[in-house]
Amino acid sequence: MAVLEMQRIGICAMKKDRKKLLELLQQKGVVEIDAHVEEDEVFKKMDTSSSRNIFEKNAQAAERALEILQEYVPEKKGMLASLEGKALVDARSYDSVIKRQDAIMSKARQLVSLSRQIAENKANIQKRENQIEALEPWKNLDVPMNFMGTRKTEGFVGTVSELMNTEQLYAAVTQAVPDVDAFFAEVISTDRDQTYLCVICGKKDAPVMEEGLRSIGFARPSQIGSLLPADRQEQLRGKREALIQKNEEIISQIAAFAEARRDLELVADYYRVRLDKYEVLGGLIQSKSTFLITGYVPKRDGESLKQELDRNFTLSVEVTDVEEEDIPPILLKNGKLAASFEGVVESFGLPGKGEIDPTAIMAWCYIFLFGLMLSDAAYGLMVFLACAIVLKKFPRMGEGMQKSLRLFMYCGISTLVWGVLFGGYFGDVVDVVSRTFFGQQVTIKALWFVPLNDPMKMLVYSMLFGLIHMFLGLGLKAYMLIRDKKYLDCFCDVGLWVIFLMGLILMFLPSSMFASISQMYFTFPPAVNTLAKAMAIGGAAGICLMSGRDNKNFALRIALGAYDLYNVTGWLSDVLSYSRLLALGLATGVIASVINSMGSMAGSGVVGAIVFILVFVVGHVLNLAINILGAYVHTNRLQYVEFFGKFYEGGGRPFNPFNMKTKYVDIKEEN
Amino acid sequence: MLGQLGGVYALLGAAVAALLAGIGSAVGVAIAGQAAAGVVTEDPAKFSKVLILQLLPGTQGIYGLLVAFVTLSKTGLLGGSMAAIDVPTGLMILAACLPIGIVGLISAVNQGKTSVASIGIVAKKPEQFGKAMLFPAMVETYAILALLVSILAVNSIPV
Repeated sequence: MAVLEMQRIGICAMKKDRKKLLELLQQKGVVEIDAHVEEDEVFKKMDTSSSRNIFEKNAQAAERALEILQEYVPEKKGMLASLEGKALVDARSYDSVIKRQDAIMSKARQLVSLSRQIAENKANIQKRENQIEALEPWKNLDVPMNFMGTRKTEGFVGTVSELMNTEQLYAAVTQAVPDVDAFFAEVISTDRDQTYLCVICGKKDAPVMEEGLRSIGFARPSQIGSLLPADRQEQLRGKREALIQKNEEIISQIAAFAEARRDLELVADYYRVRLDKYEVLGGLIQSKSTFLITGYVPKRDGESLKQELDRNFTLSVEVTDVEEEDIPPILLKNGKLAASFEGVVESFGLPGKGEIDPTAIMAWCYIFLFGLMLSDAAYGLMVFLACAIVLKKFPRMGEGMQKSLRLFMYCGISTLVWGVLFGGYFGDVVDVVSRTFFGQQVTIKALWFVPLNDPMKMLVYSMLFGLIHMFLGLGLKAYMLIRDKKYLDCFCDVGLWVIFLMGLILMFLPSSMFASISQMYFTFPPAVNTLAKAMAIGGAAGICLMSGRDNKNFALRIALGAYDLYNVTGWLSDVLSYSRLLALGLATGVIASVINSMGSMAGSGVVGAIVFILVFVVGHVLNLAINILGAYVHTNRLQYVEFFGKFYEGGGRPFNPFNMKTKYVDIKEEN
Repeated sequence: MLGQLGGVYALLGAAVAALLAGIGSAVGVAIAGQAAAGVVTEDPAKFSKVLILQLLPGTQGIYGLLVAFVTLSKTGLLGGSMAAIDVPTGLMILAACLPIGIVGLISAVNQGKTSVASIGIVAKKPEQFGKAMLFPAMVETYAILALLVSILAVNSIPV
């Protein structure tokens, strides 16, 4: 349980070594390099943006190529593939990829251009299809679309925006051009809002006819070709087929690149790593022949890093303790169990300056409370086994995932223990099965008591656990204050509160109100009762006087103290908040027994057993899922609000070392 | 006849608990789900996070079910042999079921709205998931308090 102590590191080395040195630092991955350093007369930053652009482009091209491969030749992955983590690649094949990087990049570029061709072809296929679609109404026309007439006649091919059949068309045309006596009109087809038609008349009547047709809303089509519409459609279909064919060929070409996948992954990571290096390089200040690196290094790595650097380069390394005004980044260091719970602390906020790392203590509270909320032996066993098996099977899964699974594994054990204490095994499945199928009820006795039968007892214990949890938080606050030698603060902000609250609790325990709620009777000797009153009053008076001690104005000081005393309502609501331990524990058990009794409704016998098994599996999986979610959320809440609220603020900056940030593979280090 | 009316009231209580709390959760989960679906269209990788947030307002329905079940088993309806319940006892059971019903309904709807806001946090700052989860969980506290009162009351009414 600790926040790792950080030290400042300053390196001044020869410029000719800079790339080698950065590579070494990147491989070690223990230094966080300051990003913002001021330039001065002698030391200037170098512009690396052009090389960075090239690396960025190459990395993107390789990643794009991988996406293309994934799209057209998907890698077969199991359901749990996301748990496998990054593949481990030995340094030799990494080096060989670096040597072949140009060849691999040309493959990547080919893939990108192939996929661009596919996209273009697809656009063209769509275009052809639209054209075919547009010709659909014309396909019964037996003259070309651009038919203007013969030697003696004039043709009009087009649409009117009115629905009519051939008779109506004749009537409309006759009405529009009463003087023309010989013409031919035909409706080709109609759709929702247009009529497609063709009208032919003698050459001499053409101008009149055109005028007349326009008056009924005639318009020539936008797509005009010299082929018969049906032939044109056929031609377009042929082109479309050719394009589809072509795309299939391209896809099979892409498939041939499938074995380059691993190379592409390596090369993408390689460029990302180099990009990082050049970003750091661009941030360094350099003189004519030297350069400077400043940053943070964890104390445990400082000395060995210094030695290694001294051995390999001509340089000057300085490792010093952090100054008072520095705000070092935070790196947590915990044992295996506690480390699984670092994620919970991280998502609240890493320890701020001067705060302790609460992970280890919180981890035990977390396990305790989570188990209490889920509290079913069978569920606990299932969660434990599932997590343990997955952890065993995928040793290389990502660190974050591994930590959360381990968290649930430990919580599963605690759930198992609480389940045994409370007598929950899939709710009451033993009772139900024995009663329904074997005619005789067997009950596994709870080791402690059954909360459903005695909810008041459980409630009182929930609040007791809550009080212990919160006093623990207060204790940690006292620890931090004592460590910083703020004894007065420790006495006023923690001691007085403890006295005050203990007094209140001791006064409350023997009261008739508590007895009626909990059915527990406490009688203290009168001396204790007097002591309780004295503690409560003394504590309250102390808080009143001392809370606002920074204030010179006495009236204001008392007012602030009284306001602080009002926080006792906060304590009350915090304690009540732990009643969720009871509520969630009951929810698991009650829903489980609802499922069991639903399953047993079909009675005994073979059919009954089948129904029971079906209901049992579906129901309990659902119940488990929803209650794990509930227990997770509410345990987090109890930690964040009730526990951390007493002593912890967070707000630390995570340690972000300069290292190999790879996306696809991990490179095995050579020793 | 009047004697049987007590049982009707008791059953009404169980129904109110499951009904109102269930409606609340359905509404809450639905509005949170709409927001979650929007986030997933933009970034499918956030699915599991927004799913958790969507499910948070679902617990009130479970609390309602819990109280309804405790009530039903207390009155013996589940076992098939209903206890004789007089009218005052029936009304008492009904009253005991009201807190989780009503608080469950209102808190679930509002928790749903808070979940929507938290889903917004996850959409923009997925690393703040821990904090985002807290806001809806705060609303739920009151449903838990109501559940507690309902359970304790139902449990301590002599039948």
